[in-house]
Amino acid sequence: MAKVIVVTSGKGGVGKTTSTAALGAALAQRGEKTVVVDFDVGLRNLDLVMGAERRVVYDLINVVQGDAKLSQALIRDKRLETLFLLPASQTRDKDNLTAEGVERVIDELRKSFDWIICDSPAGIERGATLAMRHADTAVVVTNPEVSSVRDSDRIIGLLDAKTKKAENGERMEKHLLLTRYDPARAERGDMLKVDDVLEILSIPLLGIIPESMDVLRASNLGSPVTLADVSCAPAIAYRDAARRLAGEQVPMTIPGERRGFMNKLFGRRAA
Amino acid sequence: MSLFSFLNRRSSAPMARERLQVLLAHERAQVGHSDLVGLLREEILAVIARHVQLDQDKVNVTMQRGENVSTLEVDIEIPVSASVRAA
Repeated sequence: MAKVIVVTSGKGGVGKTTSTAALGAALAQRGEKTVVVDFDVGLRNLDLVMGAERRVVYDLINVVQGDAKLSQALIRDKRLETLFLLPASQTRDKDNLTAEGVERVIDELRKSFDWIICDSPAGIERGATLAMRHADTAVVVTNPEVSSVRDSDRIIGLLDAKTKKAENGERMEKHLLLTRYDPARAERGDMLKVDDVLEILSIPLLGIIPESMDVLRASNLGSPVTLADVSCAPAIAYRDAARRLAGEQVPMTIPGERRGFMNKLFGRRAA
Repeated sequence: MSLFSFLNRRSSAPMARERLQVLLAHERAQVGHSDLVGLLREEILAVIARHVQLDQDKVNVTMQRGENVSTLEVDIEIPVSASVRAA
């Protein structure tokens, strides 16, 4: 049965698009048919991170308004045949996104995909609430930093109030994805620790993604980090998170925590 | 001097954690639950006021949201004279 996931955070720049692309690719690598949907109308970037920016013809708004069929707007990934992208519109206004239109598109996607991953825009306005509205599960992307944690708390409140699930009296499944985590700085007491963030937000942990150069390198290349270099630390962390999303039991590791004595002595970064 | 201050530098994460806990406790009470907490406050006060005299300013109602359960904390200060009357 299809599962709709919203990747959300409230705050911008914490890694929603990176995480959508990486989780989407990791799920597709398992052989499950996956679509990543960009809800950031006017500021689309998922196409760029996925390396499909020159292949966009039709977008989400075209489909919502009936100007194009869903099959015309979907872009199949060149590396993985189980991975698809539904881009956002770059030129239209986000007011063109209607609740009914979005519901129709999501319902249609549910028929032919195993995973529908919605990349939410930042903020708590229309685009963000529509992206979360039809989700079965939410991935709350948070950096170990005060403003990100505060905004995530706000988003968790919205997930419990403004989604279809919440309105039907059902429980919205929420998971924390802690990104840009630096174990060395956390150990020194200069960054919130995993447990601090978990205690404050009190939602279960999906994964810890280390701060890493590999993330920028992958986006430079236009590739989800899980495809760009399968063995780098963030790729492993995202792949484990994807397996947990799929219901597998995977032991939680804090990437880069097992550092050698010399590394510790010179305070070198792990990832 | 700079070496001394470096050694003495307190870690900042506990400060971040404490500030967030205070801020979010406050924001959670306001955002989303504002109507509910206000309503509960009024009604609880009305019931108690039937039996004891209360100072409206000495009443504190807060909501803490957890993963599975939320707790409603009602903190009411009852003056000695009022409790005597109630007894």
